[in-house]
Amino acid sequence: MTLTTTNALTTKNAPAATAAESAAGPGAGPDLRTHGLVLGYGDRVVVDGVDVAVPTGRISVVVGANACGKSTLLRGMARLLAPRGGCVLLDGRALHQAPTREVARRLGLLPQSPVAPEGITVGDLVARGRAPHQRWWQQWSADDERAVTEALTATDLTELAGRAVDELSGGQRQRVWLAMALAQETEVLLLDEPTTYLDLAHQVDVLELVAELNALRGRTVVMVLHDLNHAARYAHHVIAMKDGAVVAEGPPASVVTEQLVQDVFGLSCAVGACPVTGQPYVVPRGRAR
Amino acid sequence: MTTLELVRLPGRTAVRGPWGSVVVHPRAVRVTTVASLLALAVGVLSVSVGEFVVPVPDVVRALFGQGDRSSVLVVQTLRLPRIIVGLLVGAAFGLAGALTQSVARNALASPDVVGVTAGAAAAAVSVIVLGLPVPIPLAAIAGGLTVAALVAALTWRDGFSAPRLVLIGIGLGAAAASLTSYLLVRATITDAQRATVWLTGSLNGRGWEHARPVALALLLLAPLALVLGRSLTTLRLGDDVARALGARVDRARLGLVLVAVGLAAVATASAGPIAFVGLVAPQVALRLSRTPGIPLAASAACGALLVVAADLAARLGLSLLTGSPTELPVGAVTAVIGAPVLLVLLRRAARGSTA
Repeated sequence: MTLTTTNALTTKNAPAATAAESAAGPGAGPDLRTHGLVLGYGDRVVVDGVDVAVPTGRISVVVGANACGKSTLLRGMARLLAPRGGCVLLDGRALHQAPTREVARRLGLLPQSPVAPEGITVGDLVARGRAPHQRWWQQWSADDERAVTEALTATDLTELAGRAVDELSGGQRQRVWLAMALAQETEVLLLDEPTTYLDLAHQVDVLELVAELNALRGRTVVMVLHDLNHAARYAHHVIAMKDGAVVAEGPPASVVTEQLVQDVFGLSCAVGACPVTGQPYVVPRGRAR
Repeated sequence: MTTLELVRLPGRTAVRGPWGSVVVHPRAVRVTTVASLLALAVGVLSVSVGEFVVPVPDVVRALFGQGDRSSVLVVQTLRLPRIIVGLLVGAAFGLAGALTQSVARNALASPDVVGVTAGAAAAAVSVIVLGLPVPIPLAAIAGGLTVAALVAALTWRDGFSAPRLVLIGIGLGAAAASLTSYLLVRATITDAQRATVWLTGSLNGRGWEHARPVALALLLLAPLALVLGRSLTTLRLGDDVARALGARVDRARLGLVLVAVGLAAVATASAGPIAFVGLVAPQVALRLSRTPGIPLAASAACGALLVVAADLAARLGLSLLTGSPTELPVGAVTAVIGAPVLLVLLRRAARGSTA
C-alpha cells in the first residue's frame, strides 16, 4: 500500500511536533488518518471525501453545525461505519480490513450517551473495557486488574466501584464510561460528545479529565464537541466541518475566527480572547442584532 | 496441588489458576446449584409418585436396576424417560429463552413469544391432521426454523431492532397459530384431540426416543452457547460500545440466535410447545441471581425445575382434584404459573419505559 503524504498533512503535523507538553514525540505512537473518506447511511452521503490526519499525542476536536457529519466522521474513524469510498488508516493499515479485536486494543471509542445494563456495578462496567484483551479462558488477568484499578483511580471512582451505575448522577456516569474506555488502554481515544446532557461543572470536569489523560499519558484524543469555546480551550487541533466536508483545521487560534463561525454555523459573533487561557472565545451577536 | 486464587471484585469473583482465569457471579452459581438440585429432587419425587407408588429409596435402587421387577419397569421404562425429557426440555427452553432475550435486550423476545414454537406447532399439527408421511419432531424443527428465518429476514434492516423483532415475531406467531386453528377445525375429532394434547405440551408417554434428540442438542449447543455467550457481556453495552470493544456484533448475535432456535425447535419437537418456560425461566433466574445480564446456566436450571415441577403438579393436581387418574398436560400448568409472572413482568416493563 503506497500512500503519498500530501502537503496538507505535513503542515497539520507541524504544530503537534513542536508542542511542549506532548508526551509522545512525532513518529512514535499511532498514526490515524482518513483518505478520501466517504460515509453515509442508506442513500444519504454524510461525509464526502474527507482527508484528515489526527495529530499524534494531541487532542483534536471536531466541530460543526448539527448534521454536518462530525459524529459520522468519528464513527467512521472507529470502524463503526464501513467506508463507501476512501479509507481510514491506522499506521498505514486500512482499519476495516484489520481484525477488530486487534484494532480494539489500539483504538477506543465512547459513543454518544451509551446505556449501561440495569444493575451493573461501576467496577464491572469499567472491567468490560478489558474485553479486547481477554479470552474465554483468560477473563481476569493480573494485567486486567492493574488496568481497571488505574482507570478507576484516574477517574476518581475507586470508592464508587461497588455501586450500581444506575444510581449515579449523569456526571459520574460519564466518568464511568470514560474509565471503561481508559481500561481498554488504547493509544487513541475517540469521544463522541462526551459532555452531552451534563451541567457546566460536569462538562468541565469531563474535559479536564480528558486533558489530563492526554497530558499525563500521551493519549491521542479525537472528540466531537458542540461548544466552540470548549473546543478552543481543550483542543490542540480543531477540525471544522460543514456539509460533510472539512472546511478548516489547525490550532484553535487560527481556526476559531468570526469568519469561520459565520461560514460554518451561519452565526454572527465576536471572537475575543478567553480571560483564563487566552484562546479564542466566541460570543454570539445573535441573529436579530 | 493446583493453586486457585480467588479475587473478589464488585459483584463478581475471579477464579485464577494456571490454566487462565474465569469470572463468575457467586449468586448466579448458587442459584444454578440450588435450582439444579431442586430439579433433580423433584424429578426423583416425580418418579416415585403416581398410581403405583415407588418409595424414594426404591426409586434410587431401581435407577441402577436393583429391586423388584415391577419397580424397575415402572421407574426405568415408564417414568424415568418422561422426567428426563422434562428436565432436558426445560433446560433447553430456559437456555434458548435466555439467549434470545439477551440478544434482543428484551424480556419478551423468547422463542415462544416470537413465533418459533408457534411455527413448530403449526408444522406438527399439519403433519397430524393432514396425515403427512413426516415424523412429527422433524416437522416441528422445520416449522420452528422456518418461522425463525422469516422473522430474521423481515426484521433485518442494517441490523436487528429488538422492538421490531418482537412485533414481527408476534405477528408471524399469530399467523402460525391461526393456521393451527384452521387445521384443528378441519380435523377429525381424534386427530384434533391428538393435536391438542401435543399443542399443550405434554410429557405423557415420552420415552427414551424423545429424550435422545434433546440430550444431543443440549450436549452440542449448550457448550457453544456458553462460549459464544461470553460476547453477551459486551453486547449488553449496546452495539457501538460492543464494536468498539472488538466484538463481531452481527456474527455473535446470529450465532447465539441460531443456537437458541435450534434448542427451542428440538425441545418443541420432543414435548410440544410447553408455554412460558422460555419466557419466564430466564427472568426468574435473572431476578434471583441479580446479575447485570441474564445468567445462562441459571436460566437452564430454572427451566428444568419449572418443567419437572409443573409436570409433577399436573400429574398430581388433577388426580387429587377429580379423583380420576387423567393427567393434565404439563403445558397447561406452566402457563398457569407463567401467566401471572408474565403480567408482573409486563407491568414492570411498562413502568420502566415511562419512567
